[in-house]
Parts: sequence; C-alpha cells; structure tokens
Amino acid sequence: MDQFTINLLFVGGSFALYIGIAIWARAGSTSEFYAAGRGVHPVTNGMATAADWMSAASFISMAGLIAFTGYDNSSFLMGWTGGYVLLALLLAPYLRKFGKFTVSEFIGDRFYSQTARIVAVICLIVASTTYVIGQMTGVGVAFGRFLEVSNTAGLLIGACVVFAYAVFGGMKGVTYTQVAQYVVLITAYTIPAIFISLQLTGNPIPALGLFGDDVNSGVPLLAKLDQVVTELGFNSYTAHHADTFNMVLFTLSLMIGTAGLPHVIMRFFTVPKVSDARWSAGWALVFIAMLYLTAPAVGAMARLNITEMMWPNGGINGGAVTLEQIQDDKRYDWMDTWQKTGLLNWEDKNGDGKIQYYNDKNADMQTMAEEKGWKGNELTKFNRDILVLANPEIANLPSWVIGLVAAGGLAAALSTAAGLLLAISSAVSHDLIKGAINPAISERGELLSARIAMAVAIAVATYLGLNPPGFAAQTVALAFGLAAASIFPALMMGIFSTRINNTGAVAGMLAGLVVTLVYIFLHKGWFFIPGTNSFTDADPLLGTVKSTSFGAIGAMVNFAVAYVVAGMTKETPQAIKDLVHSVRIPRGAGAAQDH
Amino acid sequence: MSDNSSNNAYWSANMRLIVVSLVIWALVSFGFGILLRPMLSGISVGGTDLGFWFAQQGSILVFLAIIFFYAFRMNKLDREHGVDEE
Repeated sequence: MDQFTINLLFVGGSFALYIGIAIWARAGSTSEFYAAGRGVHPVTNGMATAADWMSAASFISMAGLIAFTGYDNSSFLMGWTGGYVLLALLLAPYLRKFGKFTVSEFIGDRFYSQTARIVAVICLIVASTTYVIGQMTGVGVAFGRFLEVSNTAGLLIGACVVFAYAVFGGMKGVTYTQVAQYVVLITAYTIPAIFISLQLTGNPIPALGLFGDDVNSGVPLLAKLDQVVTELGFNSYTAHHADTFNMVLFTLSLMIGTAGLPHVIMRFFTVPKVSDARWSAGWALVFIAMLYLTAPAVGAMARLNITEMMWPNGGINGGAVTLEQIQDDKRYDWMDTWQKTGLLNWEDKNGDGKIQYYNDKNADMQTMAEEKGWKGNELTKFNRDILVLANPEIANLPSWVIGLVAAGGLAAALSTAAGLLLAISSAVSHDLIKGAINPAISERGELLSARIAMAVAIAVATYLGLNPPGFAAQTVALAFGLAAASIFPALMMGIFSTRINNTGAVAGMLAGLVVTLVYIFLHKGWFFIPGTNSFTDADPLLGTVKSTSFGAIGAMVNFAVAYVVAGMTKETPQAIKDLVHSVRIPRGAGAAQDH
Repeated sequence: MSDNSSNNAYWSANMRLIVVSLVIWALVSFGFGILLRPMLSGISVGGTDLGFWFAQQGSILVFLAIIFFYAFRMNKLDREHGVDEE
C-alpha cells in the first residue's frame, strides 16, 4: 500500500470516528443536548477544552518555529500555557457564577449597555477571523501534502472541508467528539516524538530526552545541536539572541490573549459548579501540557535530524548531500514529496552536484564559502509550518506513523477552525442581528444569516490565507494580541472593579482594539493585504516592539482609558455593584441559564 | 447567607492568594525563563542551563501546580467562610 492510500485511510478513519461519536452521543441523549457540558466531569471538560484550544498553530506550526529559532521562541510555550493561570485565577470561577453562556452577554449585562455588548461582539469577530486565517494556513499545508497537490490547491480543498464541517456543526457541541479529537491529536503528536527520542537519545519520553545525551556522540543532545548549527553559521540553539523587551511583551500578549479568547472562556460557563470551573482550568492545562512539554523536544530533535541529513558525512567538513542522494536514497524521499507543495525547495547554485545548507548571511561563512566555491545557501526554501508533518518522514518512521500525523494535524486544524466559525456566525446572527439590528428576525432568518456570516468569514480567511501575514502560529499570535487588547481587560475590570462603568468599558475596549489593530496593519499591511504596510517587524515603529507583541500594550491602553473615562463619568449604579459582589462569591450559583 | 464583613474577609483572602500566585507565575516565566536567566546560567541542565529549562518546560509545570493549589485553597476557603455552593 502506498503512502497516499495510508494517509487517506487514517484521515478518513478519524473523520468517521468523530461523526460516529457525534451521531451516537446525540441519538443517545436528546434530552441532555441542551444541557451539554453541564453534566460533564471537570476532567472530561478539561480534555475537550484542550482539543478545542490546540489548533494548527500548536500542532503543525509551533515546533517548527522553535526548531529554527531555538530558545528565543520559548515565548510560544510559556505564553500559550501561562494564560491558563490567568483564566483560572481571574476569570473562570466568576464567569461561571454569573451563569450566562457567552462573553458578550456578560459584558453587556455587567456594563449595563447594549453598546458594550456590540463592541464586545466586534472585538470577538475581529480576533476570531484573524485566528481562522492562521488555521487556514495550517490546513493548506496539511492538505497540500497529503493530497500531493500545491499549497494553494490544498488550501482551497481545505476551505471546502472546513465549511462543510462547520455547517454540520453539531459535532462541535458534543463534548465526546472533542475528547476523541484530543486522543487522536495527542497520539499523533506523541508517537513520532517517542520514536525519534529513542533513535537520538534512547529515552522513550521525549520531554526528558530533550535534556538527555545523544546516543552517537555521548554528549548532551542540546550541546550537540548547538555545535552543529553554529558550525553552519546559524545562531546557537540554546542561547538568548532576541530582544529581551520584545520577548517579554510577546509572552505576556500570548498569555493575556489566551485568557481573552471567547471560544476558550465559553467552556467554563457550563461546568456544573464554581469549584469545578477552577479544577477544569487545571485539567485543561494538564492535557495541553502533554503536547507542550513534547513540542520543544520535537523542535530540537527535528533540527538536529535535518542538519545532519544535509551534511551526512560528519558536519560541514565532510561534504554536503549530493543531488543523486536526494534523488535515489530512500531516506531523502520526503524532500521530493514536499517539493511538490512548493513549501520546500533547493537549487544547486554553484553546479557542484551538492546541496550546501548554511547561513549565507554570516560573515565567517561567506569567507568560507568563497574558499570552497559555494554560491550561497542552496536549501533555498524550508517553510517552518512543514516541520511537524514532515518530521516522521525525515526520521524515516513507518508509513502508518506518517498517516497518523496527517490525521492529527487535520483534527487540530479543523476542530478549531470549525469552532471559531461557529463562534463568529452566532455572534453575527444572535448578538448582532437579532440582539441589535433586527430583533424581530425569524428563526429561519437567523439561521440563514448565521450561514452567510460563516461563508463570508471562511472566504475572507481563505483569501488572506493564500498570502498569510506569517506562519500559522505567527498569524494566530496576532489574533491573541487582539483578544488581549480588547476582551480580557473588560472581563477582568468587570469582576475586580466596581468603579468601571458603561462608558469606561466601551471606551477602553475600543481604544485597545483600535490601537492594536492599527499597529498590526501598519506592519502586516492594511487588512493583511501584502504590500500595504509602512513598517516591518524587522524594523518596527516603536523601538523593538513587533506587531505580534503589541497586544500587551493594547491591553494597558484599554485599562488606562477605561479608568480615566470611568473616573470622569457617572458612577456605576448600585444594582450593578451588587451584581459584581454576587459574582465574587460562589454561593447561589445554580445552573447556567439560557437567556 | 453570610454577613458582609465575612465576605470582605473572604474577598481579601482571595486577593492575597491571587497576588502570591501571580508573583510566582511571573517569577518562573518572565523571571527564571527570560530576565533572570543570566543569573541561573551557572546551574547546568542537560547541555544547557536552568533558565532554558524553565523557559521550555519548567514554567509549564509550575503553572499546573499554581492552578491546582489555587483551586484546592479556594474551595477550602469557600467552606471556611460559608460561601460554598450547597
């Protein structure tokens, strides 16, 4: 059986599993359908939250970004987990006590203002749409490879599948489907990592293998990696090269953004009790940590494998891989298959029949290249987003492992993309159209507008996904910045301060959203259209602050504006102050209510 | 329903717990993982230093400990102040 058939079997099989569970769970408990989540144990809810949360960015993209940058990209690891501390301590138990179902409802009620609710909906739509662009990038990479077509064709096919998946919809609401998706996703991520960790370090636990010794040389794996990459003129893997201020801001933006993303927060509205909301956040992080503790090992080990593969005869002095090897040696088959996607490429610039991979921007390397007659780095393209998917092929693992990774990557991308599309469509149809523009809309009209909103969102995301503002995880990071600057401060102030009134909250959210959006557009192009940007992240507008890191500053602006404006306008009414006090104590929570 | 003074005591105990937890949260990530990494460079861990470990794995493990500790303490605090759910 060839690899293509095996991939189809794994991807098809996993989809059949999700659909099967969705049908079984729905048919078995029609009466419980509306209470979905309320009877769910915190451990199960935690697992479902983890599946919801870990997207193409975590699964497909993150390890690749860590692999090619090393320590400096630790921000992704700390940022996307540290947010759960904020969620558990500052938001989850109180929002559960409040007992409604959506973030914008909380903001609308707490700030006793329809305007606040609509502004929250707009913030939600902007952040979620940006998030979907990142998912589409990942979907394009995955489909491109597994259907063996170009990245663009893969993206278009992926868009159709995501749309169908989201319209089918109900799948998303059933917790057990998400549990299945989590199991597929974590198995697919861990199994190749275990194989590779055993090959390189002899340790079956990748997270420990990362700090273990390389079996061939006996030196620590990370020391070996530092040595082979610096030999080629690249930055050492473990050292700190990035600007410290920007790294701190970026990490903080990801943390705050995690606690501000509506599709994650929503999960804590429906646990049975306030105390369960606290445990639930912990369990979610347990399941997320299983992937996040493995990811740095995947990154480091893949980087070592790739580097040794390009210099198979003992480093830079031993001679580079030859074109015949790439063509004939089975171990190099992955290069051919990935070249078809257009995301990997090489070129024998000096015509010596070999592919030299090194950092041609490094002065010492340029001198060496001169002596040896090299004409620049010949591994001309290596898209970061292909690393995790190509990893099992690079390590020469059995074909069923490759099929499994395909299924896992698609599970991660599709579940999150579909969930976000549902969030966008319900925000448009329920909160915006029914809640504000046309309250008399019929149920059918509401459903139709939801579908249209979903189609528009996916069309926009697909179009922008063709020329994404960055790799999947970077685009997703922008979405986190937007959530950090708009939603999180409003929720936190709503709980921890009685002073913030309707005007303050609205002004704060708008200020945070607008400055962050403008800062991002100035660097990534207006509405992410390439070429319309005035600055680049290599040379940002404000000192060293990249557009991906601006969310934390946007959040500060939000807090500051809200306090100043609230101080100048009418005090919060007593009834709202009582509401805030009641949200702070768990007693009397009762069941979550629909509106 | 408990009286207002007890609620205030409950809320300030909660705030103290949150502040302590967030100080630890910031210390292991922004501190040990980034800003204080040079100070930890003497402690070597598997071919690199302790700061690298905190940035890539240690902070995540501490985050987990913080959340579970907070949930445990708060659920106890709820009962002590009589504001837990029946």
